[in-house]
Amino acid sequence: MTAALALRAPQLMTTPPLLTMTGVSRRYSDVVALDDVSAMVYPGEVLGIVGESGSGKSTLLRMMNLEDTPDAGDYRLALPGLPGNLFELDRFARRMLCATRIGIVYQNPHLGLLMKNSSSGNVAERLLIAGERSFAALRGRAREALNASEFPLERMDARPIELSGGMQQRVQLAKAIALEPALLLLDEPTTGLDVSVQALVLDTLKRLQRDRAITMVIVSHDLGVIRTMADRVMVMRRGRVVEQGLADQIFQDPQHDYTQQLVHAKL
Amino acid sequence: MTIATLTKPWQAFSYGFLDASAKRELRRKMLKAIAVPGCQMPYASREVPMARGWGTGGLQVTLTLLKPSSVVKVIDQGADDSVNAASIRSFLSKVSGAAETWDTLAATLIQSRHRIPEERLRADQVLVLQVPNPEPLRPVEPNMSVARQMHADADYGRLWLILYEQIVRSGRIMQGASYPALVNGRHVMTPSPIPRWDLPKLHMAQHLTFLSAGREKRLYAVPPFTRVEPLVFSDVPYKVEDHAALTCHRSGVAGYFMNEIPQDGGGSVFELSDSHLGIKAIRRRDGEDVALGATWYENGKMPR
Repeated sequence: MTAALALRAPQLMTTPPLLTMTGVSRRYSDVVALDDVSAMVYPGEVLGIVGESGSGKSTLLRMMNLEDTPDAGDYRLALPGLPGNLFELDRFARRMLCATRIGIVYQNPHLGLLMKNSSSGNVAERLLIAGERSFAALRGRAREALNASEFPLERMDARPIELSGGMQQRVQLAKAIALEPALLLLDEPTTGLDVSVQALVLDTLKRLQRDRAITMVIVSHDLGVIRTMADRVMVMRRGRVVEQGLADQIFQDPQHDYTQQLVHAKL
Repeated sequence: MTIATLTKPWQAFSYGFLDASAKRELRRKMLKAIAVPGCQMPYASREVPMARGWGTGGLQVTLTLLKPSSVVKVIDQGADDSVNAASIRSFLSKVSGAAETWDTLAATLIQSRHRIPEERLRADQVLVLQVPNPEPLRPVEPNMSVARQMHADADYGRLWLILYEQIVRSGRIMQGASYPALVNGRHVMTPSPIPRWDLPKLHMAQHLTFLSAGREKRLYAVPPFTRVEPLVFSDVPYKVEDHAALTCHRSGVAGYFMNEIPQDGGGSVFELSDSHLGIKAIRRRDGEDVALGATWYENGKMPR
């Protein structure tokens, strides 16, 4: 039942999906992290993934960022020059793809940032991987990306370690969008921030999404974040997708027991 | 026939100190290093009668290249007369019968720490540089296995990030020695702690250069006529030290890399870092007939 459910396309979408994942399974010794998970993300849409801790949502995101390979499964991005299953790419192609086409923001800024480098240097690193070798261009494009993520430019040469949590997330975001990726992955981007900062970061994300129509996948256990950001929601539990649908539908009329519990617990 | 007639007469040590199998291994690795310019080759670094970190890597390569007709010069920070240089030089001649020299023009084999001679090296000369840390990626990637993958992928973006940070923090590139350079358009190497002044000398040079790190057990090479391009931003040109206008207070020669010697009054004077070039210049000034070779830098500029 779940597989059929996961593959059902939204009725009003006419464009083919940007991201297609089918039948992804992953075990870590005895622990089943993902069990036959399928997902689709359409261009310009925001997919929210909710679920309790250990439900496999972060593992799924790591798979989307090609940081880990599954035991089975198929992953495609509808981008020019990328035919076939992305899980079969070699290390080099995988790294180039991740650097240039996929942006990611981690919950823990230490994972995504070089703490000893300056904030602008962190953004510049992405551009350097893509082959930019002009100092002026690096500086300009880093400034542009930091500005787009609403980072105060007078602090662009401060080290991330000296910045507040919200600012660190903005640096991560700037780094992620510097190369205008086709896909932006957000792993609990606002968890650990206080509520007012959380609102500001979400605001920035929302504005970015509106201005650039970036395709996003956002993972959170916070239904409020998902409700604010997502067009479509996928509910995961124990490595399986238990329900998915439009955000309104999930929040107003949850079908699955677990989703009902989740939504009511929030309310 | 007895076994004694078939064996070589007893010797206190093998020719050139290292045993034959050690030299064979080193030669294979040196050939490999020449075949893939700038790529670090691991080798089994042997014990030599010197502490690791004092030039054992360079010494092993030099010992392997020695022959009785060799003429060796050993440089320590530009000087031939430091204790370290003198000891290595006398050791080399003792174990091989090679001649010793201070003169760059007379040498066939030059082992050096921190400097490349100012006089142009010829195709029949070999330069051996001692390297403390052969891995240019070490500052950005502490995991050596990952660093090797990065070399394989030519993933050198992070090295430019170091330069970016230096310009952002200090307004200019602060990397003084060990300036990373791209060899033959493929591998980035650290050219041992030679000053920026010396790095352009390796570009399309006539001589063969070996760089060897004994403690880290890695050697690499820059074959003759190989491109050696320092990493730079396209809009921030490579700059050597501002020594072109300095004059040596002993020889009166100008336009070469200088050592600064602080004076009591708070000022400082300069003297040629390449000490034997200075000696030759003084002798020539005093009327002796001494040949000074063509130098890489002319009037403080490197002709391109």
